[in-house]
Amino acid sequence: MFPELNNLLGTTPDGTEQGKLTLLCDAKTDGSFLVHHFLSFYLKANCKVCFVALVQSFSHYNIVAQKLGVSLTAAREQGQLVFLEGLKSSVDIFFHAQEEPHPLQFLREASAGNLQSLYQFVRDSLKPVDSGETPWKFPVLLVDNLSVLLSLGLEAVAVLDFMQYCRATVCCELKGNVVALVHDNRDAEDKENGILLNGLSHQSHLVLRAEGLATGFCKDVHGQKSVPIPYDTFA
Amino acid sequence: MLDSLLAVGGLVLLRDSVECEGRSLLKALIKKSALRGEQIHVLGCEVSEEEFREGFGPDINSRVVYHDLFKDPLNWSKSGEAVPEGPLGTLRTLCRRTDPGPVTIALDSVSWLLFHLPCITLCKTLHALSQPSVSSGADSLVDQVRVLGLLHEELHGPGPMGALSTLAQTEVTVSGKMGQTSASILYRRPQQRATYQTWWFSILPDLSVDLREKLPLHSELHPDPHTTQVDPTTDLTFNLHLSKKEREARDSLTLPFQFSSEKQQALLRRGPGQTTSHIFYEPDAFDDVDQEDPDDDLDI
Repeated sequence: MFPELNNLLGTTPDGTEQGKLTLLCDAKTDGSFLVHHFLSFYLKANCKVCFVALVQSFSHYNIVAQKLGVSLTAAREQGQLVFLEGLKSSVDIFFHAQEEPHPLQFLREASAGNLQSLYQFVRDSLKPVDSGETPWKFPVLLVDNLSVLLSLGLEAVAVLDFMQYCRATVCCELKGNVVALVHDNRDAEDKENGILLNGLSHQSHLVLRAEGLATGFCKDVHGQKSVPIPYDTFA
Repeated sequence: MLDSLLAVGGLVLLRDSVECEGRSLLKALIKKSALRGEQIHVLGCEVSEEEFREGFGPDINSRVVYHDLFKDPLNWSKSGEAVPEGPLGTLRTLCRRTDPGPVTIALDSVSWLLFHLPCITLCKTLHALSQPSVSSGADSLVDQVRVLGLLHEELHGPGPMGALSTLAQTEVTVSGKMGQTSASILYRRPQQRATYQTWWFSILPDLSVDLREKLPLHSELHPDPHTTQVDPTTDLTFNLHLSKKEREARDSLTLPFQFSSEKQQALLRRGPGQTTSHIFYEPDAFDDVDQEDPDDDLDI
């Protein structure tokens, strides 16, 4: 995690709010550093994390996480991290028995699908075991990223429905947090992405925008403060 | 401001945006209705019941009936918590309610309903919902129905927005930020001109409204028509006026391209005794003389 970001948000791994939806948004830049930040932040905070990673491989996230002081391999082995590797999983779906639901089941459907099976996967990953005892503080869902789902043929309403169900289960029922990244293509005429971004902005407790500038990266915190703070690129 | 919004029945559209949320104003209106003794039905699609009821005292909460479409609107959980008839069924049930007395129905939000129902179906249902209901019984009282709908402006195109605007008796657009909020209200009353009002306000944690300032009514901004018009020709460095002689000379001038009978006579010089005109044509060596009349096939 990045300490400067923690200072800006006024959070520490030991003391963070629960039951919140945080929307990460990037425009003309790569906002994935925010995803790496929150992944390592919540693992250090001893939370159970379900990471729906649609963009990069497990080893990529692991390499970056190690630089930030966490090991994804160890977290996964201990049961703290449930990792859905979208790139690998989307190929596996063709060798998967059709009767059993697969998290990325919508890839198989010819017509506009929904994310019910992905929601079931998230719910099953994060719901506490029957005994109720858990060594982890609270559950966290992290998604990288939602714009990819639009590119894969889903409609914005389907993704908004999925996020609503995740909020209802993870934030309201399990008192955990949800963090999701959406790209902001302001110049492109992408109505579906615009609907997704604005729709989620209405529902979020915090929106973090990363905007690219000619002089470097600038981060604009919306919701708590709106002072753009330029700082150097993250390694 | 709240009293004027709750004065008449029908559909009240609360339009908000990402920069300025309108749910607090919706809750403030619900609180005001409840304090008047009305029954409130809330169709909750975007926030949990717990979050929605936050800020309402127990006296208000007892008057608010929350129809939960947030937890499981599409029946994914199969846990029996879903509303079996879905969003449309729930709306139609509200149309058929039989409780006596005035009632307020709050839709949180109309945007969610627009995403999940066809626009035409939603508009028809909203129209049916905002009709006054007739109480059964000998008195046959007509109970006022008020529908408060929260609508997120940026999520919809001009078509659905226009359709909903036509249905609404009152439209409130909230804007502003950092504690300063303004509400621009458009009132549409039958057989009356539409009027505008703008209020600056803030909503306190107990959901009461702190009004700051009211800007004048749109009709009050029109200037008095009896005030003297300013003459634009004063203080000019050149002369725009005409003297009497100059005006006469100008009027008697014939314009070069204006056709009159005098002009025709002057231009056409007819030879003495000639009633028709002749055209003398001497072809060059290169001219292609075609005796056929190209206009022969024209049927004039």
